[in-house]
Amino acid sequence: MMKRNVLAGVSLTAMLMAGGAYADTVKIANISELSGAGAAAGTVWAHGVDLAVDEINEHGGILGMQVEMREYDSQTDPLQSRALVQKAIDEGAFALLGTVYSSSTVVNMLVAQQNGIPQFTASEAPSITQKGNPYIFRTNWGAQKGMPKIGAYMRDQLGVENVAVAWANTEFGKGGHDSFVEIVEEMGLKVVADVPSEQGQADFSADVLRIKNSGAEAVFIYLTQEEAARFLMEATKQGLEIPKIGDSVLTSEKVIELAGPAANGAKGHAALTIAADEPRVQEFAAKFTDRFGYSPDYNAMKGYIGAYTIKYATEMVGEVDSQKLADTVHGLCLDAEEYPGVLIDMCWDDTGEVSRESYMVEVVNGQEQVSEVLPAN
Amino acid sequence: MAELLQILVSGLSAGAIYALAAVGFTLLWQASQTINFAQGEFVMLPAFFVLAGMTIFGLPLWAAILTALVLSLVVLGAMFKKLIVEPMLPHGTLPLVIATIALGILMKESVKEFYSAQGQPFPPLFPQHVINFFGASISIQDICNLVVAFAAIISLQLFLGRTRTGRAMQATAQDPRVAEILGVDVKKMVMYTFLINGALAAIASILISPVYLAKFSNGETLGMIAFIAAIVGGFNQIKGALLGGLLIGVIDNLAAVYVSAEYRTAIPLILLIVIIMVRPQGILGTPEGRTV
Amino acid sequence: MTALRLLFLVAFGLALFIAPLGQGNYIIYVLCSWLIFSISAMGLNLTLGYAGQISLAQAAFMGIGAYITALLTMAGVHWIVAVFCSIGASFVIGLVLGYPALRVQHHFLAFVTLAFTTLVFLVLRNEDWLTGGSLGLVGIPRPVFGPFDTMKQLPFYYFTVVCFLITAGVMAWMLHSPWGRAFKALRENPIRANSLGLNTTRMTLLAFAIGSAMGGLAGALQAPLVQFIEPGSFTLILSLKILLMVIVGGSGYFFGPILGAGLVVLLPEMLRFTDGYYLIIYALLVLVVMIFSPHGLIGLGQKLLSSFKPREERGDLKQGAQL
Repeated sequence: MMKRNVLAGVSLTAMLMAGGAYADTVKIANISELSGAGAAAGTVWAHGVDLAVDEINEHGGILGMQVEMREYDSQTDPLQSRALVQKAIDEGAFALLGTVYSSSTVVNMLVAQQNGIPQFTASEAPSITQKGNPYIFRTNWGAQKGMPKIGAYMRDQLGVENVAVAWANTEFGKGGHDSFVEIVEEMGLKVVADVPSEQGQADFSADVLRIKNSGAEAVFIYLTQEEAARFLMEATKQGLEIPKIGDSVLTSEKVIELAGPAANGAKGHAALTIAADEPRVQEFAAKFTDRFGYSPDYNAMKGYIGAYTIKYATEMVGEVDSQKLADTVHGLCLDAEEYPGVLIDMCWDDTGEVSRESYMVEVVNGQEQVSEVLPAN
Repeated sequence: MAELLQILVSGLSAGAIYALAAVGFTLLWQASQTINFAQGEFVMLPAFFVLAGMTIFGLPLWAAILTALVLSLVVLGAMFKKLIVEPMLPHGTLPLVIATIALGILMKESVKEFYSAQGQPFPPLFPQHVINFFGASISIQDICNLVVAFAAIISLQLFLGRTRTGRAMQATAQDPRVAEILGVDVKKMVMYTFLINGALAAIASILISPVYLAKFSNGETLGMIAFIAAIVGGFNQIKGALLGGLLIGVIDNLAAVYVSAEYRTAIPLILLIVIIMVRPQGILGTPEGRTV
Repeated sequence: MTALRLLFLVAFGLALFIAPLGQGNYIIYVLCSWLIFSISAMGLNLTLGYAGQISLAQAAFMGIGAYITALLTMAGVHWIVAVFCSIGASFVIGLVLGYPALRVQHHFLAFVTLAFTTLVFLVLRNEDWLTGGSLGLVGIPRPVFGPFDTMKQLPFYYFTVVCFLITAGVMAWMLHSPWGRAFKALRENPIRANSLGLNTTRMTLLAFAIGSAMGGLAGALQAPLVQFIEPGSFTLILSLKILLMVIVGGSGYFFGPILGAGLVVLLPEMLRFTDGYYLIIYALLVLVVMIFSPHGLIGLGQKLLSSFKPREERGDLKQGAQL
């Protein structure tokens, strides 16, 4: 267990805040799911952030000032996350990172907005950048941007007409499911089985059975890691032979580890994957594994990218100013050659949405392999 | 037809494991009026004993399982009884309910902090080879799970009905004061019950984890299912809990396929409410004579 | 004793008004949520501490209250109307739910309410045409009373304090009425209360319904505080948390749930320096309190006080004198 810097209490911080002359640090806060249902994802994200912040501090900080990082555990509770965003802002954070779960982000981003503090989130629910909040920024594109690519892949590459969708009936899955169904129906595909599942569901036999008997020619799997692994294992058992397509979760390291051979053949549309043939990504993966003892996934990459984005954009502004930071990131493009911390070239539009190129990844013999690089949209 | 058969087969193999958890639940209730809100976590934990044995101490699978079983008896059986249940029993059910809730949180968070927040693969005990059974797929693993679960419950039933100790345990469950007068060592009998619950939890854990993976939060759903199964089947009958477990396994799958996947968890709950209204003692239960 | 009590009450009331002054928004927010959970826990205390029934539906009633208030206020209805709808609906649902469950047997209210909480969650999540589904409802307005706008954190806090004080006052009045005294008789000796002609079932049912209505009120306050509600906030875990507040504080004592709510809301905050371990420490603390003082912290306080006084304890007053 890694120990985080515990600072000497609120009153001291308040003193430091009051006396601007002492402000030789830059305060950034990370609010993430360190406990509760989202602990797995939140912890990985937080590790990604920690790695980036420590690197930044080693190399002189931001604008020559050391970064003072504070971590807050939202307990995967939207209410708590809202309170903590408030607390982080009260304690002087000028930019925020987190949260991972969209159900938390949609709530706490209102607080950041009220206070005019830019927030870099890991959430991918479509609604987040559709509310006209000028302070929210993604670290990876929203689910709705990936769906047209997946739909086109199913229709044009696989040549299927009838598809099934297995999704987690949570805010995460619901957002992805809704945009998937809308987009593929527009494309002329037919959704013949629509199977939601519960958070933490263990028994996927009924789900697989329904899809198997629906006549679907391909299935889109939008589940969290453990559930995706259980689904794949049950699909193998019941002999569900149709192509299994998902997003970055489906082909992630963890799912492969959990599902074993059942993961072979699964295909994922991923923006961030350590299978990417990019030296910067490989270097990041090596550093991360070395420090935390496990290999990173997309959430770790998002956290790392988020922290570095704050550094780069703040240095472009030339001063620590929340409003200017937000203004700068809108419409910003960062080239990974010049700004290696973002790992892969990326751009933000004026809603805070991200675009970058993406990959079709397939699990072959227990390894993620990039089968195709798709352009940014 | 093949569809229905598949539902039945899958439902039963899941249900057998729910039954193990539910039986332990009813045992504790009978022996000490303990409503164990940590029962789900009891089933979650032994898998991590096994994993810790294998990854940290490098034990082979069989030795790790044996160690886990012993640890479960000690921690989930004896220590639970001695440190938590015993001091609180004289104060009624309520503080104990709270204590088991807290215990559940403690176990869950400890696994998360000291082992891993992420799900873990668990080595299968039985071959995963799949057989086609009149169009339904069933794995050897499922069949073995069913057999082991049934064997455990039947031998427990035989033990309680046919042996002296077993009958003394039943007498204790029915009326501890009378049992004491008849010369039964009540404390010891209650302890046996807790040990049996620990063992059942360990068996359930080791059977379920290869299929459902080992994760710190697994107990949340499992505990709830065990609870429903116990009440539906009959809170004071082992065969009731067995029936309840199997029933919930099958109904859950039936509901997901034929009713609505959104409301699949609602069906067992509605069944629970209906049973309480119509037949409060559960399907196979007998009316309790021991209320104030 | 009464003078001391009066002094305590005045000090407590004063503390409520002074507490948020000079504090950051976060602290004020935490204080608001403490008061709201106190209201909910006081409601459960009525069911649990006075009528001796475990209800696990308090989260569901908070959810019902919160959704009714959210939907109505978002449609332009004033909060004051919405809150009465929330309270009324929770009361009626409490009656309908409690009637069959209490008719049967001892612990069955616990089981029925446990199922009910999950069912309410499923309906809130699945019927997204009404409730917004798993994405929840965002942008719930905070009430305006003439010139007094509660949009800012501090006015909202005082608004919550007023609601809390009214509820506590009504509760105290109820407990001191003949009806409330009958209740205490019921708690202390149900068989005797029954033989004195008290209809115990009806009283228990009423206690449960009133307790549920208070859950509805708490929900109606929570919706404008957070300005966002989603089904996941009102699951069984919240019910267990409220139960924890009542028991750890001291069930059956007037101030028990208020103290308990304070602990449950603030303790994670105080233990935050322990990093990821605070939930573990928290759970251990609850276990220790339960083992050494099953009547909660107020019970513990009284025990310590009375250990200085001569003892007189009647065996039949002890709860659950079994084994």
